Amino acid sequence: MSEAPNASPALLDMRDVSKAFGAVEVLRSVSLQVKRGEVVTVIGPSGSGKTTLLRCVNFLESYDSGSIRIDGKEVGFRETATRQRRSERDLAAMRAETGMVFQSFNLFPHLTAAGNIMLGLTKVRGKKEAEARSIAEHWLGRVGLAHKADSLPAELSGGQQQRVGIARAVAMEPKILLLDEITSALDPELVGEVLAVVRSLADDGMTMLMVTHEMAFARDASSRIVFMADGEVSAVGPPKEILAAETSNERLRTFLARFRASHF
Amino acid sequence: MLGQIIYAVPFLAQGFAVTLWVSLLVVVLSLIAGVLLGVGLVYGPAPLRWAVRIFSDTIRGIPILVLMFFVYYGLPAIGLHLPSFWAAVCALTLFKTAQVIEYLRGAVGSIPKGQSEAAMAIGLTFRQRLTYVIFPQAFRRFLPPWINGVTDAVKGSALVSLLGITDLMQAINQVIGRTYEAMPLYILGALIYFAVNYALSLASRRLERRFSFIRE
Repeated sequence: MSEAPNASPALLDMRDVSKAFGAVEVLRSVSLQVKRGEVVTVIGPSGSGKTTLLRCVNFLESYDSGSIRIDGKEVGFRETATRQRRSERDLAAMRAETGMVFQSFNLFPHLTAAGNIMLGLTKVRGKKEAEARSIAEHWLGRVGLAHKADSLPAELSGGQQQRVGIARAVAMEPKILLLDEITSALDPELVGEVLAVVRSLADDGMTMLMVTHEMAFARDASSRIVFMADGEVSAVGPPKEILAAETSNERLRTFLARFRASHF
Repeated sequence: MLGQIIYAVPFLAQGFAVTLWVSLLVVVLSLIAGVLLGVGLVYGPAPLRWAVRIFSDTIRGIPILVLMFFVYYGLPAIGLHLPSFWAAVCALTLFKTAQVIEYLRGAVGSIPKGQSEAAMAIGLTFRQRLTYVIFPQAFRRFLPPWINGVTDAVKGSALVSLLGITDLMQAINQVIGRTYEAMPLYILGALIYFAVNYALSLASRRLERRFSFIRE
């Protein structure tokens, strides 16, 4: 099979993706396209499959059926009739094209801030130590942590750790950045500094798919919002449309009402 | 008494060399086998995991002495004749390997899943994830029980004397056989074993401090 790049205008093209954990269907025929430079936010009640959706995009989770393509290339499976899982080496190469930022930061505790960023640059991208270091310093500067290059994660605040997490992901120059509830584990006063970084990346044209509970941020930063419920895409549209109080989608209306009640 | 000790030293030195050689072989071979099988136990496909689990549980459930006699006296029945030295090393290595498997499983298992996922997400392969992310963090947890196991291996090597191998223990017994003075010789032997193991645990403590960069 040929692997034509740009076969679809969407950078990320998910079609009919389904996944079950045992008897529980977490994703039901989910289709979603993200164009280059777009910021797409996924919202929805917990257990609606948002995080699983995100984790399928870089194949941290496998999916049972459907296809996920990035830049025209199928993510987890060989493009043969038998749907064979890609080799470890192939998967690693695919994952290097997507960046991911985690809710719990997941910085490598034995490496400095710069070391965290340099690991992928040297071992995956094959860059020389000095070049990797200067790229790491550039990105640490971008997230406002130039002075923390040699600090260990344990010496950083949560907000600082998450900014290093973002720098680690974007330094690899991924085609798409996946953000999985990246402010949920932060103290409220630290959320702003992290969202500011995400905002500046969006302004630079980084393609992003994010799961968040920060509705105000979703409204201001997203090109489109996807509302998921029970493993399905229940609504997709521009923020104004999705977050409108008088939406006709009942599940969305309930979700938003509950959300407003708990967040004033 | 001093005279007996001076008389004994050359015999004991030879025996001590054998003890160190057996210990070294057992420690190195079991480290290699145990780490490989331990990785198989944690990350391998189900059949491999079961096989390693059964191996580890079985071996750890058998006294080392039984294992040693089994390898030396039992295996010839199926045509496997090992010289006493290698039979002893083989039995001790099997036993130690089962322990190393468990140390590795515990150490690697203590690393949060998010570490592997973060390493995957930047595109590291399985081997790179182990080398650069998992093992450096697991090392600190692996070290204390493993050093403990090394001292056990040194002490346990005394069992090889029961297959007639002239290690430190056997050398002591031979000297006693000639001099009929058990007490000073056993004290000397105990001091030698103690000196080796005390040195090991001091080294371990220094190493642990060096690798204490990870917050609990």
